[in-house]
Amino acid sequence: MKKEIYLDNSATTKPTESVIKAVTDALKKYYGNPSSLHSYGIQAEKIINNSRCLLADYLNINPVELIFTSGGTESNNLAIQGITKAYQQRGKHLITSPIEHASVNNVFLNLAQAGWDIDFVKVNKKGQLDLDHLNNLIRDDTVLVSLMQVNNELGTVNNLAKIANIIKNKNPLTLFHSDGVQGFAKIYTDLANIPIDLYSISGHKFHAPKGIGALYLKSGIELQPIFKGGGQENKWRSGTENVPAIAGLGAALKELPHLNSENKLAIQLTELKNYLIKELTKIDSVIINSPQQSAPHIINFSVPGIRGETMVHALAAQGVYLATGSACSSKSKGSRILKACGLDSKLSESALRVSLAADLKQADLDYFISSLKEQIDFLKLF
Amino acid sequence: MNEIYFDSAATTPVRKEVVAAMQPFYNELFANPASSHLAGQSAAGKLEDAREKIADFLGAAKAEEIVFTAGGTEADNLALKGVALAYQNQGKHIITSAIEHHAVLNSCKFLEKYLGFEVTYLPVDKNGFVSPADLKSAIRADTILISIMLANNEIGTIQPIQRLADLASQANVLFHTDAVQAAGQLNFSVKELGVDLLTIAGHKFNGPKGVGALYVRKGIKLVPQMSGGSQERKRRAGTVNLPAVIGMAKAAELVQNELTAKINYLTELNQYFLAEIEKLADLAEIKLNGPEPGINRLPANINLSFKDLAGEAILFNLSLKNIAAAAGSACASGSLSMSHVLEAINLESVFAEGTIRFSLSINNNKKDIDFLVEELTTIIKRLKNLNNI
Repeated sequence: MKKEIYLDNSATTKPTESVIKAVTDALKKYYGNPSSLHSYGIQAEKIINNSRCLLADYLNINPVELIFTSGGTESNNLAIQGITKAYQQRGKHLITSPIEHASVNNVFLNLAQAGWDIDFVKVNKKGQLDLDHLNNLIRDDTVLVSLMQVNNELGTVNNLAKIANIIKNKNPLTLFHSDGVQGFAKIYTDLANIPIDLYSISGHKFHAPKGIGALYLKSGIELQPIFKGGGQENKWRSGTENVPAIAGLGAALKELPHLNSENKLAIQLTELKNYLIKELTKIDSVIINSPQQSAPHIINFSVPGIRGETMVHALAAQGVYLATGSACSSKSKGSRILKACGLDSKLSESALRVSLAADLKQADLDYFISSLKEQIDFLKLF
Repeated sequence: MNEIYFDSAATTPVRKEVVAAMQPFYNELFANPASSHLAGQSAAGKLEDAREKIADFLGAAKAEEIVFTAGGTEADNLALKGVALAYQNQGKHIITSAIEHHAVLNSCKFLEKYLGFEVTYLPVDKNGFVSPADLKSAIRADTILISIMLANNEIGTIQPIQRLADLASQANVLFHTDAVQAAGQLNFSVKELGVDLLTIAGHKFNGPKGVGALYVRKGIKLVPQMSGGSQERKRRAGTVNLPAVIGMAKAAELVQNELTAKINYLTELNQYFLAEIEKLADLAEIKLNGPEPGINRLPANINLSFKDLAGEAILFNLSLKNIAAAAGSACASGSLSMSHVLEAINLESVFAEGTIRFSLSINNNKKDIDFLVEELTTIIKRLKNLNNI
């Protein structure tokens, strides 16, 4: 069989055996509707409660502060749409960055059209935020700041505690949301000790199934729900809960090393990442775009002169799967995010993103490096 | 102990074949269908195959008319709010019925409260039917959307959607129907019904939870509820829940092939159920809510009111015997307030408070019904005695 190396774990990850088992068990045995009062319903509800407690424990929050959604996009939409609708009497000013995921960025673009005043925090070429600029942007009528924890293309990490403190010191009423989809489980995140109000996660980025995500909503904060209906999830999110996916999420959480500043998963990934960077740096035509202190699983680099899309297809033919950038926008021309960071088109149009998982071996990375070298030599001929 | 499940209108068990069809998508085919590499593109191909199957299941002309969602609630919300926002410059009036699912009703309430829409809630007769004449006279120059469910989740009433949709089309008004309960239990197609939008949910016809679909006739505009990536032709952002979509398509394919046999089986079981319940007539006055069994009623639905008895007490006692049924619709069953459907059909409270919905499935048989009737006999006797103390 052809060798296959999957280096696109920021797009989606492969569910683990125990996740698949939990999903399958729920599909086969625990099929009740969690809203039903009979034993089938109660069993299904138990599964939800169990996963909710595991996630709450992992983030060091109260289980009632979690809303299960259909994924990261819904969580981000619920956070930003929900807060701006619930708190519009406080003001019409919002702050975000130009390098957020599409599910944040596009919501802000819609809000701008609806008459909201939106400021974007400046970023440098590595995607790092100008925190003084953030501080200066916060006003009395700033309702919400939304800044991601880890950039999905560059792997740049934002220090949530630092950002939250800047915001709350300047205006305690300003709410803070962070898209934690790429940061969750990779970066030590103790929500109880950060003055943050909302935090989004997505299951399929950490080996849980697709179709499940969550939003942390700090107790006491209001939201206007997107979906109206039966009033599930404390009325924040109507619709029959996706029990099998929630069961899978719970199983994936159990496999994560417990929340700890010595994050074993991060250490493992960082070793792989450092090795890869060392090898990539040896190739003359490669330029690393990610900052040095980046998330443990993302490396962004460019091979100027070779279009990212061309390289993705060339490597796929060798069984190596990576991406030009975010999967959601991977069909568009060049990366919106890298352009916003001020990278010139030579770099942004030839950018590639490798995203790692802990089960990768050094030999897999060696195979990738040798395939990459081969393709660079071959494609440079044209 | 024997477990008997009479609550298929709340949710259904996932079929073995469906679970098997989903498995590869958690394993070797786990890629993100939006990724441009080979693995992503092969996932995208499977997604489009599933879309074809659902289009075929619903009788849609084109696969692109199907938008996958996270379930029936999301699809109903997308239909109501998506159309309302896209067409509000043509008018701000919507017509629906008093007995819709909360996903439709609460979307309407939201549009009224926050976005300045006017909504007419059509009444229903004692069997739950909307009158075409009422609909006709409710349509105004500024009506942009009519949403009336194909079959009711509590009392099983099947609406004359063809006639209602025809009235809408004559008046150039878009027509949406919530077919969540009807899919997999009735033979219909969007073409025959003449509807512009139609909602289904996978877990009501032995598919998985967490997935639904909205049929949107080609050319109809929708404002998406969630912004982000350009999945689902920009009508629904977010990574598609591919395993669940595959599961729903498989469930649709299976039920499509077996639909006639399934309807015949459920009809026969329904008749047997009602005949056996007759035997309890000496113990309590029992009323069947909704239309007479037949072409105007879902074959799986039985909604009974036990006069002067508390439905919750009967349900609790049944559940001790491992028999599952429902008080109202599952979504509202946590609350003890009277069901809006029973209120709309003007059921007297002595009956309404003793209402239980039994919903049948192909996994049920006559023995299950015999056991239920036996247990009900004991339970009713005991509750009657308690009432008399």
